[in-house]
Amino acid sequence: MSHRVAEPGAASARLGDRAFRGLTLAVGMGLIAVLVVVLWVLAQGGAPALARFGPGFLVGRNWDPVHQSFGALPYVFGTLVTSAIAITLAVPVAVGLAILLNEPVGRAVTAPLASFVDVLAAIPSVVYGLWGLAVLSPAMERHVEPFLRATIGRIPILGRLFSGTPSGGDLFTAGVVLAIMILPIVTAISREVFSVVPRDLREAAKALGATRYETIRMGVLPYARPGIVGATMLGLGRALGETIAVSMVVGGGRSVGASLFAAGSTIPSVIASQFLNAQGIGYHRPALLALALVLVTISLSLAALSRLMVRRTARLLDGGSVEGAAEGPALEVSG
Amino acid sequence: MKSLVVSDLSAWFGRKRVLRSVDMSAEPGSVTAIIGPSGCGKSTLLRCLNRMHEEVRGARAQGKVLFDGLDIYGPGVDPVDVRRRIGMVFQRPNPFPTMSIFENAVAGLRLGSKMRRAELQERAERALRASGLWEEVKDGLDEPGGKLSGGQQQRLCIARALAVEPEVLLMDEPASALDPASTLRIEELIQELKSRYNVVIVTHNMQQAARISDWTLFMLYGEVVEYAPTKKMFTTPEDRRTEDYVTGRFG
Ligand SMILES: Nc1ncnc2c1ncn2[C@@H]1O[C@H](COP(=O)(O)OP(=O)(O)OP(=O)(O)O)[C@@H](O)[C@H]1O
Ligand SMILES: [Mg+2]
Repeated sequence: MSHRVAEPGAASARLGDRAFRGLTLAVGMGLIAVLVVVLWVLAQGGAPALARFGPGFLVGRNWDPVHQSFGALPYVFGTLVTSAIAITLAVPVAVGLAILLNEPVGRAVTAPLASFVDVLAAIPSVVYGLWGLAVLSPAMERHVEPFLRATIGRIPILGRLFSGTPSGGDLFTAGVVLAIMILPIVTAISREVFSVVPRDLREAAKALGATRYETIRMGVLPYARPGIVGATMLGLGRALGETIAVSMVVGGGRSVGASLFAAGSTIPSVIASQFLNAQGIGYHRPALLALALVLVTISLSLAALSRLMVRRTARLLDGGSVEGAAEGPALEVSG
Repeated sequence: MKSLVVSDLSAWFGRKRVLRSVDMSAEPGSVTAIIGPSGCGKSTLLRCLNRMHEEVRGARAQGKVLFDGLDIYGPGVDPVDVRRRIGMVFQRPNPFPTMSIFENAVAGLRLGSKMRRAELQERAERALRASGLWEEVKDGLDEPGGKLSGGQQQRLCIARALAVEPEVLLMDEPASALDPASTLRIEELIQELKSRYNVVIVTHNMQQAARISDWTLFMLYGEVVEYAPTKKMFTTPEDRRTEDYVTGRFG
């Protein structure tokens, strides 16, 4: 009796299983196809410029549509530098906040702070741009940058980053705006990561007589590391692609120098500002498409690199008592 | 070696009271076993003895636990100091999986003070020998601790607890996740340790308690029913409920 009742159920469950697998496979293949098509279109469109300028396209500093000379170095440089600033500023804050929120005490202070950070995610990027232009740029020019120049700027090698004339509309300001923009996502994912670190390990450290700080260092951080790498990469992905806000505050120059106080441009900002005017004959349009291809390549390589880093740590964790605890959130990196 | 004397100890998880004025003591050079049905508060009692109980959100304890005459719940006592002197081994082996075997063994020594490498090595070897793991791992001290078998991991955790040379060793069902051979090793180990440590062990296994302990504490619903020398407990218990439990008639 129960046998007969069970059978159709089991069969339909298997059918559901197969359907689900088929659907997942189809969607997965679809996504890969979209990526391939995008890469193909960019490669096809950019090919004339790449063929014409060769490696000079990547190392050349001159971008001049009028004289048909295209060197993308300033834009690649600006993109990497602003993103690096954003990550350097945002990740420590995000991780610190996530750690605080994971602690059993002190929630009264940190919980409202966390909601505030979440709200930052809802602000449109053009508003960040306006705010950067109206509030941050002047403040950077008048207070922050002169201060940094007078302090860190005096240190031998590091100081070169903070030399030059503060202008407010520069790589550094763009990096700061980006840092604020990626803070919510990096914080949210880091929190997720910390919340799945097994209690066992925290207790192991505590029982050895670890202080709160030592417990975090010994029983929490090592297991959260792959997840934090994943969170960082997602933040970096956003920073690399951010367009409007950056183009409003980055200054529109073509600096490739050491000073962060110089006006620069990023790949997205230059594509957005020039593409509509680049419809004529010549290499302008191919050059912009090639630029986009470079951006996608950078993003994909970073994602692949982060997968490798995550894998290495995850393999160690797998053997232990925390089966793949840190793998979960890291899976989102490729997205 | 120091004695532990517990008096009028109660503990709560939020509103729920799980220990009701417990009195007990654990003498140096002896093994004290805590037995009782699941959920009666054995782990909670053990965790109150080194102030780990309060690490759970909403948990608190009240009463006296005199460690060498000093109340560990007294004002101005830092739980971190208490835990450095009263070590603990958990039910589930919990080595730090990304650390090497060596780093696991000396993890407690890395806290607070700095120690020279040579001394760390010596302490690691001594602790691993004491936990009976040395012969199995001496050629692979740099392997990750998470790659050991369950029984080996548990002995690594015991070594980690011993390396800081605590004065009391608390063990919460240290052998419950292990096969009979590993269990036997750990029981032998406890016998060896008892001459140098004050050992308190929680166990579900009546035979184990009878084999390894000198004193036994029987708990029911957060209360101590009987606390007596193990021999007496298993032959001529005072309380009817103890008799029922140790003979397996408890229902
Ligand atoms: N984290 C917790 N939050 C709330 N209640 C808890 C928590 N841990 C344990 N308890 C409750 O406290 C009581 C005592 O639990 P404890 O873990 O001390 O029992 P135990 O005797 O060790 O049981 P077992 O033999 O199953 O390990 C139980 O009723 C349990 O439901
Ligand atoms: Mg228990």
